[in-house]
Amino acid sequence: MTEMAQQTTATSPGHVEYVMRMGDNALILGQRTAEWCGHSPVLEEDMALANMALDLIGQARMLLTHAGRLEGRGRDEDALAFQRNEPAFRNLTLCELPNEDFARTMLRIALFSRFQLLLWERLLSSTDSELAAIAAKSIKEARYHAQHSGDWVVRLGDGTEESHRRAQAALDYLWPYTAEFFIPSAADEAAAEAGVGPLWSTLEADWEAAVRPLLEEAMLSLPAPVPFRSQGKFGRHSEHMGHLLAEMQYLQRIHPGARW
Amino acid sequence: MTMLTEAQVWKALEAVPDPEIPVISVAELGIVREVQVQGGAVRVVVTPTYSGCPATEVIGEDIRAALVRAGATTVDLEWRLAPPWTTDWIGEAASEKLRAYGIAPPGERAASATQPLRFVSRRIACPKCGSNETERVSEFGSTACKALYRCRACLEPFDYFKPI
Repeated sequence: MTEMAQQTTATSPGHVEYVMRMGDNALILGQRTAEWCGHSPVLEEDMALANMALDLIGQARMLLTHAGRLEGRGRDEDALAFQRNEPAFRNLTLCELPNEDFARTMLRIALFSRFQLLLWERLLSSTDSELAAIAAKSIKEARYHAQHSGDWVVRLGDGTEESHRRAQAALDYLWPYTAEFFIPSAADEAAAEAGVGPLWSTLEADWEAAVRPLLEEAMLSLPAPVPFRSQGKFGRHSEHMGHLLAEMQYLQRIHPGARW
Repeated sequence: MTMLTEAQVWKALEAVPDPEIPVISVAELGIVREVQVQGGAVRVVVTPTYSGCPATEVIGEDIRAALVRAGATTVDLEWRLAPPWTTDWIGEAASEKLRAYGIAPPGERAASATQPLRFVSRRIACPKCGSNETERVSEFGSTACKALYRCRACLEPFDYFKPI
């Protein structure tokens, strides 16, 4: 999308980080989800996962292009995706965790898309008009992701003994990482101050209200809270991130600037 | 020097097929938002369908090529996100073309954009036999913009153009 309208200066470094973090979430979850391509249990799900991954990567392209312009250092979407090192990525740790199995894959998309929906909804009225435009576009896609993954969470959780066991194991594994969504950050403060977007910490109650009924319907029990807080959005990632980047960035690291 | 009219530009755009659904044109798809012509210089504003639609760049190249063939000396193509594309911009005639091609045209959009719909199986008429006895196989079909359905009457699978 190289010819998109030019404009805007960032209101603060926090503003840039806020947009970059959203772009990184979409990029890294898109990369993970795309790993299913050619490996899904059935053809229909192969296409569904590939389509959701494409939506996320499309959102990442718009967000990183925008973040690069706000930053004003001449970095485009490719430079940001392929030439940054691990600590410069600001995605939530949840997005980088391995897929493991179909249950964890779907549960992660269900948890994350419900968070994204809330965020896109708030960003429709962002003072950053480009971000508001990206939100208006992406919210329609996130809605389908939430619907599809939600259907699967219920089907798996309220399915066979084996599918329930796997869905519960996926929830037990993923749930502690969701606390990271709502940790206050300086970038959030700056972005909220300028009317760019909400403090993520203010979305917690709405997110839980969206997620709890789904998990109940899926007969899944919420794990007990733990003090652990992952820190991906501050650039401190899990051991899985380096491996993901090694694969995703390989070609551009070997041949910087390579084009089709 | 060539002088193009706006009508000629639209006519050229009506001959540019969507790369993935060649039975309708990019103009009929509703993604061409503005056309401005000054002498031979043409400016076109296009909006993408889905963020990750792989056809986006091909569409841009096809539009350029078609306008140059129609006599444009320069083509200025802008991709604009807002307002976001909606299937409501696919007209009645184009909807019929989709149906004849075997794709059920998009129905009405749901009222709320943020409330995730769950287990809502819309009754979509089979584009082949017209029966309403259809079921959704998957929310995602052969492309991001389509869902996969099956007709229980004629037993044929078909694509449904999802309303967004």
